[in-house]
Amino acid sequence: MRRRNQAERRFKLYGQIAIGIAVSFLAILLISISFRAASAFSRHMLVLDLEPAVLTEPSELAVTDLNLAVRAELMSQFPELSDDRVERAELYAMTPRLAVLPLLRELQEMTVPPQAPIAARLALSDDVNLYLKGEIKTHRTVPVGDAGRLARLSTGAYRLSDADQDNFIAFQDRLADPGAPSNDILISLSGALFELADTAGASLILNHLAGPVPALGEQASSPVNAIFLGSETADRPLSNRQIALLILMDDAGMIERRFNASLFTNADSTYPELAGAAAAIVGSLFTMLITAIFAIPVGIFAAIYLEEFAPKSRLTSVIEVNINNLAAVPSIIFGLLGAAVFLNTFDLPRSIPLVGGLVLGLLVLPTIIIASRAALRSVPPSMREAALGLGASKTQAVFHHVLPLAAPGILTGAIIAMARALGETAPLLLIGMVAFVSDVPTSPNDEATVLPVLIYKWFSGSERAWEPMTAAVIIILLTILIAMNLIAVLLRRRFERRW
Amino acid sequence: MLQTLGQLPIGWLLIAPLAAAGFFAFSFGRTEIGELSIGSTIGARLHSQPNYHGYFLAFCTILPAALVFLGYLIFSESFVRETLRSELPDYLLAQGPDQVSLFVERVARYIGNGPIDSTGNVLFDASVERYAVLKGQARLIAIMIAVIAAVGGFFLGRRPLNRSFPARTYVEQTITALLFVCAAIAIVTTVGIVLSLVYETVRFFSLPDGPGVFEFLFGTDWNAQTGQNFGAVPLFFGTLMIALLAMCVAVPVGLFSAIYLSEYASPRFRSWVKPILELLAGIPTVVYGFFAATLIAPLVRNLAQWINALPITPDNLLAAQPTNALAAGLVMGVMIIPFVSSLSDDVINAVPQPLRDGALAVGATQSETIKQIVLPAAFPGIVAAVLLAVSRAIGETMIVVMAAGGRALVTLDPTSDITTVTYQIVSLLTGDTAFDSAKTVSAFALGFALFGITLVFNVIALRVVKRYREAYD
Repeated sequence: MRRRNQAERRFKLYGQIAIGIAVSFLAILLISISFRAASAFSRHMLVLDLEPAVLTEPSELAVTDLNLAVRAELMSQFPELSDDRVERAELYAMTPRLAVLPLLRELQEMTVPPQAPIAARLALSDDVNLYLKGEIKTHRTVPVGDAGRLARLSTGAYRLSDADQDNFIAFQDRLADPGAPSNDILISLSGALFELADTAGASLILNHLAGPVPALGEQASSPVNAIFLGSETADRPLSNRQIALLILMDDAGMIERRFNASLFTNADSTYPELAGAAAAIVGSLFTMLITAIFAIPVGIFAAIYLEEFAPKSRLTSVIEVNINNLAAVPSIIFGLLGAAVFLNTFDLPRSIPLVGGLVLGLLVLPTIIIASRAALRSVPPSMREAALGLGASKTQAVFHHVLPLAAPGILTGAIIAMARALGETAPLLLIGMVAFVSDVPTSPNDEATVLPVLIYKWFSGSERAWEPMTAAVIIILLTILIAMNLIAVLLRRRFERRW
Repeated sequence: MLQTLGQLPIGWLLIAPLAAAGFFAFSFGRTEIGELSIGSTIGARLHSQPNYHGYFLAFCTILPAALVFLGYLIFSESFVRETLRSELPDYLLAQGPDQVSLFVERVARYIGNGPIDSTGNVLFDASVERYAVLKGQARLIAIMIAVIAAVGGFFLGRRPLNRSFPARTYVEQTITALLFVCAAIAIVTTVGIVLSLVYETVRFFSLPDGPGVFEFLFGTDWNAQTGQNFGAVPLFFGTLMIALLAMCVAVPVGLFSAIYLSEYASPRFRSWVKPILELLAGIPTVVYGFFAATLIAPLVRNLAQWINALPITPDNLLAAQPTNALAAGLVMGVMIIPFVSSLSDDVINAVPQPLRDGALAVGATQSETIKQIVLPAAFPGIVAAVLLAVSRAIGETMIVVMAAGGRALVTLDPTSDITTVTYQIVSLLTGDTAFDSAKTVSAFALGFALFGITLVFNVIALRVVKRYREAYD
């Protein structure tokens, strides 16, 4: 008997474990994606005051003009870099060329050239953003002591000799320690940043990175800080100079963290820092519109026919079996159907929401029919009989009495079907909705993409910055889907009737 | 003039006049019959209410015109393109059908609103202009026929309107016919799927550079991107392997959840957990794919590398690829859990309560009742649920596209990357594809195989479920 009881408990435990696995998997999925997405919802921007002088005629401005202005402003902030082309390139690479686009559009709307300096907020490159968000190992600052003499060795190379400070010696000991992690070290001295090239005796050999070099000679006890970067140049996309520039920009208040609105306002781009989901959101909207216009009425009418009018004939049962089978056909087959019929036979254009919506409409049609039939069936026959008894025709009984009573159930089914269509990817890939679209579509006949396809596309992007962006779009999509399902559940609760 | 007409985004403008005509016809029919009945002698009543006469006239007006527009939508584009194609100069036609299709496609896409900008290419500009003119002609013809059809329908429909005219009967017959057409769309879809797949598959096997049926079904080399080898065995193998891995997760977890939920759980617990399980089914597959590729696949890889590094195993025991079959299979299994659990839940609940009561009464514990009475009674239904789940796993696309890799291998190593039928269909048909090359058409042959396999599974499963339901109802 005890064995039997144990077996009983074990069996029950298996069930609990199974449910635990399913639920915890869902939790892991949602949490891990939310974590990844979190960093994409905010971003760092570079704030620059652009001189109005360069912006004489707003309507004729081009990307190049603004870029020149941005570069001139950056140069005036870091004049020490002006001599070397390579150093300048490192500075310019921190913000992508097209980052001026939003500002450009804003300026082009203006009728009068602006007089005061314009505060420009520019997207930083994806690598810089990742660095600032701490995805790449962040730096750690250690005070070293007071500086001694600074001497110039050659262009950009300096020697900082010791100032008989205990800290300084301890610092050198730590550098000499074979157990110290191998990484790059920056040395900051009165607003200038150097890279530690070597130690020679009691002095440090430094390469200048950024910031104005202090006057040579005795440094009247200015504090020296060592910044451990925690990684080597070869292991990260940013150079030491770029990190030094970032530190200086941050100190000068030129870097601002704000909500990443461009995720919702920008269309797709080949640069992750400029890309947004606006085009895909609108594309999804148009596609769903077509799907709804096509599938919901047709589905409801088909259900009415099958449930209320169809004679019990061979043909009717064929249609029934067929609908049940169609509901279980893999979605990608519908993509093949769309490619063969809509694209190849009817020569409709690729990548447009009209075709996508029709394909998805055919895909969810069986779901809507099945749900609507269930809703119609749940209306008691007495309703029909009462209407018929009062002299209504069959059509009148169905459209005036049965259909309104079944409407909440039908609506619930339709919303759930639309949610399914909204999350569908594979069939749309086959009808070309994966094409790169840089404009927000304005009609169902424009080339477009949809949210799930955008997820797939961004996932396939090679830069690391795509990953949080992809997760962010997933969060947007899941939010919409959960909202739709909630509405369906609420509708069901609100209007559910037991007969 | 024709050119401008051809450029207008006209599709949506057609609906408004049609609706207006319908509304006009409706009110006209209603008032006219109303006037007829006013002057009538006592006792001469209308056969149908005035509304039905209105509907009758509206149908007469709208339906023929709508049919004309439908025909226009379906056939105009291919007609215009065919005409354009036949007028292209010979040197372009000589470049082969692929190039011609691409050229026509570019022309068709170039048309926007407003004046056509010159591209500098004389032939292209001329083609764009000609395309717009042809399109304008097609539209003009369609609109003229539609107007004639609408006006003709209106007057023909108006003639028989009198008091004894059975408008309601006709209207209701029309409505029933429309309902039937809607129901038939499901059939048309299936026929469309079968016809297009069969047609393209036959074309594939008759292409000069295509393979024979035997080579396709039993060949072990798959190299469709270069269009050389079309042996689909590695694809079928990969599909089955991933489906099997998925079933290893989905069947035990789904089945035990269903048993627990239907036999042990309190109603409160059930009302919470069931929607959560169903939520798993509502998550888009592309999200599962992302999850599998970014979290599970690296985990599997690390695990495989760790196993390889163990002293007792050879160093190259497992392939340990960054995308692998195991990750795709595991995540797909989780995705399928709700299918298995909700279907099994239904069949377990359908087992009549007296069977359970009888077993409990003779002293069996609850788990013994479940194992020896309920599960055997529900067995056919559970098999059907598993079959449906397998069919679902075979047809699943996004998870394998994102997490399973694309190498056509036959290997039992689950950490190797592996390809499936659905993966190949996507990779062959994504991007700009011409429908004339063996590479593109081979996707349809694969689709046909996929459709056939899943259909067999579905038909068997649905049969079993239906019979099972009848047995206990």
